[in-house]
Amino acid sequence: MSDTAVFDEMGWPGETRAPYALVDAWLKSVPHEQLALKRREAEGLFRRIGITFAVYSEGGDPERLIPFDLIPRVLAQAEWQRLKLGLEQRVKALNAFIHDVYHDREILRAGRVPEQLVINNSQFRPEMAGFDLPGHIYSHIAGIDMVRTGPDQYYVLEDNCRTPSGVSYMVENREVMLRLFPDLFRRASVAPVAHYPDELLETLRSVPPPNCRGEPTVVLLTPGIHNSAYYEHAFLADEMGIELVEGEDLLVQGDVCYMRTTRGLARVDVIYRRIDDDYIDPLVFNPNSMLGVPGLYFAYRAGNVNLTNAIGAGIADDKAVYIHVPEMVRFYLGEEPLLSNVPTWDCRLPEDLKYVLAHLDELVVKAVHGSGGYGMLVGPHATQAQLAEFAALLRARPHDYIAQPTLALSTVPTFVENGIAPRHVDLRPFVLSGGDRIRIVPGGLTRVALREGSLVVNSSQGGGTKDTWVLEG
Amino acid sequence: MHLTIHHGTLYRYGEAANRVFQALRLWPIPGGGQVIRDWRVEIDGRKLRPTCRDGFGNPAATHVIDGPVASLSIVVHAEVDTQDRHGVLGDAVESLPPLFYLNSTELTAIDPALQALADAQRDTSGGEIAQLHRLCDSVRERVEYRSDSTHVTTSAAEALAHGAGVCQDHAHVLIATARALGFPARYVSGYLCASADGAAASHAWAEIHVSKLGWVGFDATNRICPDERYVRVAVGRDYRDAAPVRGVRHGGLAETLEVRVRIGEGQ
Amino acid sequence: MLARTAESLFWLARYLERADYVARLLQGAAHMSAARVDADRSSEWESAIIAAGCQPAFAAEHAQVSSAAVIHYLAFDTRNPSSIVSCIETARRNARTVRTALTADLWDTVNTTWLEMRGFDPGQLDDDRVAAFLDWVKVRSRLFHGAYTSTMLRADGFHFTRLGQFLERADNSARLLDVKYHVRLPNPEDVGGLVDYYQWLAILRVVGARRAYRVLFKGQVTPINVAELMILRPEFPRSLVFCFEQITTQLDKISGQDAQRTAEGKRLAHSLYAQLRFGRIDHIFGSGLHEYLTDVIERNDELGREIANGYLF
Repeated sequence: MSDTAVFDEMGWPGETRAPYALVDAWLKSVPHEQLALKRREAEGLFRRIGITFAVYSEGGDPERLIPFDLIPRVLAQAEWQRLKLGLEQRVKALNAFIHDVYHDREILRAGRVPEQLVINNSQFRPEMAGFDLPGHIYSHIAGIDMVRTGPDQYYVLEDNCRTPSGVSYMVENREVMLRLFPDLFRRASVAPVAHYPDELLETLRSVPPPNCRGEPTVVLLTPGIHNSAYYEHAFLADEMGIELVEGEDLLVQGDVCYMRTTRGLARVDVIYRRIDDDYIDPLVFNPNSMLGVPGLYFAYRAGNVNLTNAIGAGIADDKAVYIHVPEMVRFYLGEEPLLSNVPTWDCRLPEDLKYVLAHLDELVVKAVHGSGGYGMLVGPHATQAQLAEFAALLRARPHDYIAQPTLALSTVPTFVENGIAPRHVDLRPFVLSGGDRIRIVPGGLTRVALREGSLVVNSSQGGGTKDTWVLEG
Repeated sequence: MHLTIHHGTLYRYGEAANRVFQALRLWPIPGGGQVIRDWRVEIDGRKLRPTCRDGFGNPAATHVIDGPVASLSIVVHAEVDTQDRHGVLGDAVESLPPLFYLNSTELTAIDPALQALADAQRDTSGGEIAQLHRLCDSVRERVEYRSDSTHVTTSAAEALAHGAGVCQDHAHVLIATARALGFPARYVSGYLCASADGAAASHAWAEIHVSKLGWVGFDATNRICPDERYVRVAVGRDYRDAAPVRGVRHGGLAETLEVRVRIGEGQ
Repeated sequence: MLARTAESLFWLARYLERADYVARLLQGAAHMSAARVDADRSSEWESAIIAAGCQPAFAAEHAQVSSAAVIHYLAFDTRNPSSIVSCIETARRNARTVRTALTADLWDTVNTTWLEMRGFDPGQLDDDRVAAFLDWVKVRSRLFHGAYTSTMLRADGFHFTRLGQFLERADNSARLLDVKYHVRLPNPEDVGGLVDYYQWLAILRVVGARRAYRVLFKGQVTPINVAELMILRPEFPRSLVFCFEQITTQLDKISGQDAQRTAEGKRLAHSLYAQLRFGRIDHIFGSGLHEYLTDVIERNDELGREIANGYLF
């Protein structure tokens, strides 16, 4: 941790901030034993509904629950409005950028983003070059990871433009809270989130492929029950009332994509795919993929099916490309960015590398092509040996790393073993970009680092989730 | 020169396959001064037309045959007018910038032996073209031409270690080493009308991007730059990107291939 | 409906029906074996293995038939795909892949069954615990049946679920009755004797039909009446004719089919149903009960394959 004071969103231990007035009063009135009881009840609910996620590598129970904390995280309407405008702006610029890099590459020609960073990036998909997508949208569903360090200080930590997950927790957390504490919601006026699946379906239906006639048929393509986010895939398909398909359910014939039904083949127009680029089509990408559909890429390019998110959208969530997002906002929209980036050192630049090596013990170093918190060094928590190891890595492969200051993430009161205590949180709002407009359900998924002092909110590393409230009016 | 190509491939399945999917990149990519008079692709006698271009600009099409499939034939018949440009491509419209072709792939990944082979040709005297010809020769010296000594998944590093290979391997080794020297390099699949007796084959070579001329072809197998006997069909980072046929089949045992290619010089 | 969804619902129902049947077989065997006065108590357990259709696989692993081995194999052995725990595991896996086709109640029933099963420790095999486990399996099966019957839309999903349940039940009923062919009596002169009588009675006990038998036939338990109940009586919900009445009804209701693709399955189902509906028990005994049942089992298997073909499974 850095020495800066940590911002507690409720105001703890000082005066309670306005948005938290109700939560504070509630916490003072409810005995801890009852909270503990409710927590067990919540766990039972999650387990019975089957909201689990799989972590196979760790052994033990293959279907684990992500810990759920009962105390909501609250944003005032004004706070949310600012974030919302910033998110819309950012996602517009990200989509414009992805379209540009697969077409005229104007931002590269203008020298505003280094050409090599994009063109020689493993997330750059040559298969997408020169291909026009409906509405020029690539990242239809984007998850933007935000952190907060003060009343008015928000930073974007990461853009997830490929297949961001977690939205089912956003919806189910609210559902469970409504069941456990109905009277709490009677006293507060909280913006609903249950319509997210409707908004998602509208978004998917707004981007039919050019050759689609009539109402588009939308399906959700999942890798199957062994995928850690399978519950979410089933949940979303169910809520949208669309088929949840696996690769073997789809067939491409004459560059048209069909699903196998008991009544024969039925044409598919839009696929919300939750499998990675590499597995989409064994005829073009990983030839050993058993998850994908042979020929799907060609049906896509022939304009007979649309994929969300688009192949190649990952170029915009590379951690080194991230540095340039504010510049994208200026370049494509002619506006000043409303959301800030975390100050980032690009180790490919000699000046930056020098600084990073000199301050390694205060910084967070991340591999640019990694994801999910692996291949990462948290300077203040690292041993001498780890620091030395990373210094050597940085010198050998500076192109593969960026570094950021260790931020004092805001905290929110959390019900832990020995009572209620502040724990660090982040926020992942989900931004839906359709052919008609951008849709954002108020709030997002709040992830909380349950271990005291920990800044790691990933569910695979001991993180939990909270219900996120945006107060109305 | 007017070339007539007749290229037949017969796939036989040891045990009938239930279903065969194939993606074909068998239509000529524009550029290089070749003028297409006629170009037909037939699957078991049915004509197939390209339905899209892939990201590299190659015309492509897929087809599915529902089983049981015991064999499958692909025939290409073409009439092409060509000219000798000493390998210089010149006029092609490119969907990807040259810089892209510095990216390495599984089949063209560098290893110490490839690096050493590249490092031995750092001498730039005589200009880039001369340097690349020397590289081309050294690749050919280290990888003897021997048919059936490698297969389609053999990497550049494996071919060099093996010391033998076919045109695909020569192209991969040349591409890997050229990239190690900082030259964008790519794989070309196509046809070559080789000798007077009519013996010919589908062929593969490399194209390397040099600063003044742009893309220039280098055929390491024959130690020359492509001339009017060469027909370009598809390009990519390596064989996997530019393969004339990529397939997936359900069921069926070992696949055997019979290829008959006839390229003749027309009137 | 997605073909894979139909397939999963079909197998979900089949596996839960099978779990119920295996539990009934084990309870029947335990009862018979406890009631026997002579020393040969293994034959009841052997008949359970035969009636479960598991004899070759069981014999490959066990030289001796013992109550403990059979209970373990049929109830808890995860390597036996037809054991109760395997059935529940497979059923739940099928349910998970088609969660979007299940009602919330149905998913809750299947998932809770699976969760509770994982809480049961098979290491402790005393009689009481085994009996409690088998009772629990039957209760869960009834819950499943109730959940899907009372919450599922009467659409294709329901039809495929019911199809699976009754195809499996037809197979089970035929095998159960056929077991009398395989099980040796201690002595040839025992035919018609007390042991024979108890074995026929045991069949009724397994399918829970002692009272139904009394209502329909009044007098003593005779082989010919037990067979008639199990094969031809449309009032009895485990008889073959009842099963095929259900099967043909579902096949006719499945929507908008490609007539050509599904015609053969329908033909098979209807011809078997007609044979059962207009069959006579004296004719069946006259030409051989075993031969008759073997033919039904084979045609039922073929029907299963045709359904898979016809609906793109």
